[in-house]
Amino acid sequence: MQSNETILKVNHLKINFNTYAGTVKAIRDVSFDLKKGETLAIVGESGSGKTVTTRSIMGLLANNAVVEGGSIQFHGKDVLKMSQKDLEGLRGAKIAQIFQDPMTSLDPTMRIGRQIAEPLMVHRGVKKEKAMSQALEMMKLVGITDAENRINDYPHQFSGGMRQRIVIAIALINYPEILIADEPTTALDVTIQAQILNLMRELQDKISTSIIFITHDLGVVAGMADRVAVMYAGKIVEYGTVDEIFYNPKHPYTWGLLSSMPTLDTHSEELASIPGTPPDLLDPPKGDAFAPRNPYALKIDTEKQPPFFKVSNTHYAATWLLHPDAPQVTPPKQIIERQKKFAEMQREAAAKNQHHQIEEEEEQQ
Amino acid sequence: MAKYLLKRIFYLLLTLFIVITVTFFLMKLLPGTPLQNQQKLSPAEQHLILKQYGLTKPIWQQYLTYVVGVFQGNFGTSFQFSDQPVSYLISSRIGPSLLLGTQAMIIGVIPGILVGALGAIKKNTWIDTTATIVSILGISIPSFVLAVLLQYFVGLKLHWFPIADWGGFAYTVLPTLALAASPFADTARFTRTEMVDVLNSDYIELARAKGLSKWGVIYHHALRNSLIPVVTIIGPLAVNIMTGSMVIENIFSIPGIGEQFVKSILTNDYPTIMAVTIVYSVMLMVVLLITDIVYGIIDPRIRLSGKSN
Amino acid sequence: MADEVKLPADSFEPLDKSKHLDSEKIAAPNLTFMQDAWRRLKKNKSAIIAMVILVIFFVLAFGSAFFSPHNPNAVNPQYANLPPKWPGLNINGVNGTLVQAGTRVNAYQAAGAGAGVHYWLGTDYLGRDMLSRILFGTRISLTVAVVATAVDLLIGVTFGLFSGWKGGWIDNFMQRVIEIIMSIPTLVVVVLLILILKPGMMSITLAIAFSSWTTMARLIRAQTLELKEQEYVLAAKTLGESSFKIAFKHLLPNLSSIIIIQTMFTIPSAIFFEAFLSFVGIGISAPQASLGTLLNDGQKNFQFLPYQMWYPAIVLSVIMIAFNIFADGLRDAFDPQTKE
Repeated sequence: MQSNETILKVNHLKINFNTYAGTVKAIRDVSFDLKKGETLAIVGESGSGKTVTTRSIMGLLANNAVVEGGSIQFHGKDVLKMSQKDLEGLRGAKIAQIFQDPMTSLDPTMRIGRQIAEPLMVHRGVKKEKAMSQALEMMKLVGITDAENRINDYPHQFSGGMRQRIVIAIALINYPEILIADEPTTALDVTIQAQILNLMRELQDKISTSIIFITHDLGVVAGMADRVAVMYAGKIVEYGTVDEIFYNPKHPYTWGLLSSMPTLDTHSEELASIPGTPPDLLDPPKGDAFAPRNPYALKIDTEKQPPFFKVSNTHYAATWLLHPDAPQVTPPKQIIERQKKFAEMQREAAAKNQHHQIEEEEEQQ
Repeated sequence: MAKYLLKRIFYLLLTLFIVITVTFFLMKLLPGTPLQNQQKLSPAEQHLILKQYGLTKPIWQQYLTYVVGVFQGNFGTSFQFSDQPVSYLISSRIGPSLLLGTQAMIIGVIPGILVGALGAIKKNTWIDTTATIVSILGISIPSFVLAVLLQYFVGLKLHWFPIADWGGFAYTVLPTLALAASPFADTARFTRTEMVDVLNSDYIELARAKGLSKWGVIYHHALRNSLIPVVTIIGPLAVNIMTGSMVIENIFSIPGIGEQFVKSILTNDYPTIMAVTIVYSVMLMVVLLITDIVYGIIDPRIRLSGKSN
Repeated sequence: MADEVKLPADSFEPLDKSKHLDSEKIAAPNLTFMQDAWRRLKKNKSAIIAMVILVIFFVLAFGSAFFSPHNPNAVNPQYANLPPKWPGLNINGVNGTLVQAGTRVNAYQAAGAGAGVHYWLGTDYLGRDMLSRILFGTRISLTVAVVATAVDLLIGVTFGLFSGWKGGWIDNFMQRVIEIIMSIPTLVVVVLLILILKPGMMSITLAIAFSSWTTMARLIRAQTLELKEQEYVLAAKTLGESSFKIAFKHLLPNLSSIIIIQTMFTIPSAIFFEAFLSFVGIGISAPQASLGTLLNDGQKNFQFLPYQMWYPAIVLSVIMIAFNIFADGLRDAFDPQTKE
């Protein structure tokens, strides 16, 4: 399912917002790529630039946004340079989005069948009747019960979970290559959250789409994502596979995020939190933006932004702590436990691999 | 829906009844009689006239007679024009008022919606600024000031339309414009606010994310959602127009109800004042009822919750 | 990817935690709600201009009670219907001439006025100084509007607070009352009240107040219903505060922005009603003047002496525009969400 073909490549993206108070540097050099069929989670606090990043992929930036630099390559074409018309052809067809709040993201005065069918009619020129029958199929696919009778209902007649299913149906009706899910479960009850996440996983298998999953909730990420990018103050600070981020995090911010997440292993101790608030992006700090909140900060953090240091082929982190000259620090207890687990996992994997190889060799023999 | 309608009509009748009662007793508090406009009369003649008007009976009987009469369309006889029943006075004058009011409503509301919507779509551009200025002027400048301005410039200086009087369509142009300014401005402002709200809403974002073009989003999603609430201001606009018509009809010498109302006030013609009060209230109540029903029909949220109740 | 540039030796010294972990500190000064609103209002240029204009009008109108160019009620038939004349200026419109039957005549000469006689805005049909009368009229119009709004405020806020706070059948009944009042055109109510109270400043003020409080009452009630569900009100109740105290200490402060905004919108509508009634002839009566009566006087022969109507019309319109712009500005300042 997951292949190595890269379908989206974001390079050195920089986006500013002109506000009455000055220029807000919302995205400060963000790069990542998305492979076909994979799920990439972008994690960060509110205001870290997750949503702005996805909006720029959709070409839906606010009027006061200025792209200062960088490119977003979708199948080799720069989305940022596309005409409005080309963008319209992309949105809802090749790239679709699910929004945070299902209670407000459906048109209250339009029947839901029509809302689901709309992208088909817009992009494929499908006639209304045919589009409606496809919409019905999609309603069934996303698990709306009694779809035949409900296709002509209005959004307010559905519960929050059902509405989010409708939003998903709208996003998937054209079988998009990329699905951007911007905190799709934040506004829902916990029980419904799980249902929606399961549904998304299921559908990803069925229609083989790539997902960019935006969230501030690391707990959700674990079960969903293949890879994780951690954002802070308009930059990606660490990225890697889900296991690498969860069990071998290198950036103090990721440590903070993970420590503030309750797990089965968290015992009696108080949940950790990251002190302070993100920096003001009107005037971003010269060095590492996280330095003021970072108990492990070094002098250089206040002077120079850290580059990405390679941890493994898939794992990079932007922290001076990884510099060969940096002092050894002891991460929080929880992180050490996680790292231990990671080492164990790798040993197991290696063993399995070996076992595998032996088996294979045996087979060959 | 039927239950709701019945309830509304019940309240309408109750309100009407209260209006009739209150105006009746208020008028009784006032000293004027049909005699005020007559020359000196002998007591016998006076008594005869009072008897003609039914004013010799005890108050409660007069009240009953009046209420019953009103529901039969009989508002008594005018003090001012002693030979004319008030109902005739009103029915002969309601035509011009209704015509002017309807025209003003149409040329106020429709351009108001367009200008308001355009202002919201082109927010923070010169179009929006112009629209905002125009609507502030429309709201601020009293209709009677505007009427006189129109009379002076368009009528007197440019000779495009008659300055006053009542004849054909040309005579309705200036008064209609003067009356329409305030509903125009109100509608434009209201529509703009609604539309700006709608355009900032999540479902518009979703519509754009679906790949609809800018105008597709506006046509399919934004317009309907911002126009539905406009129905709710039709009632207040009707009040504006009624208020305006009193003075506009005076300025342009139009034989309408508003002009009659002012005349009746100045001559203490109580039966006519009462009748016009009741007619105005009924018109307003009917407009409010109709707009409520229409709102219920075009807004699915209300429509369906009404059904399930 | 690692940076190969040589870094200074002390680069990797850990920072002193106690020094750099200060991001909890809030740098901006703490602003109260009102200060914050004022800060936003100051940014709105048109609202500030409108406010300045209003202040000027208020000062001029109320100042004219002490310093008036002429006695606004002094009748001077000799100088009747003189057009505006500004000393030292010879531009048509302000040089004391007017067009009569196609020719421009010097009205001041015709009236036998000396060189020292000039009326800045001309005189009316009784030879009264227009400028003084407009100042006088503005004063009365503003007084009526402000007093009417104050009474409206008192009734509306009390009614709305009581209705919203009590809830239940009391609220239901009070809302029906409002609905009934609202389904009668305001103007009709005003006219009926004036007829009963007899035309005059007092009655017109009361009539306007009694007929316009319903909007305020509804707004306050809606807000009260919302506020009384708030935790802090519940807390106050639990602590045994009296309803009266809760209303004054907790509800009113939170309603203040709604009250201020609504008041700013009520004043211009009261000015409008006063001018309207006076214009129709059932408002302020002679010799008192208001902008409405001046307009009415001016309208009678505006074909020949248009200036008699222009000035009151301009003053009335400017005041109305300024109030509306200022009210808009206040609303945006108090409720930043409505904008953007």
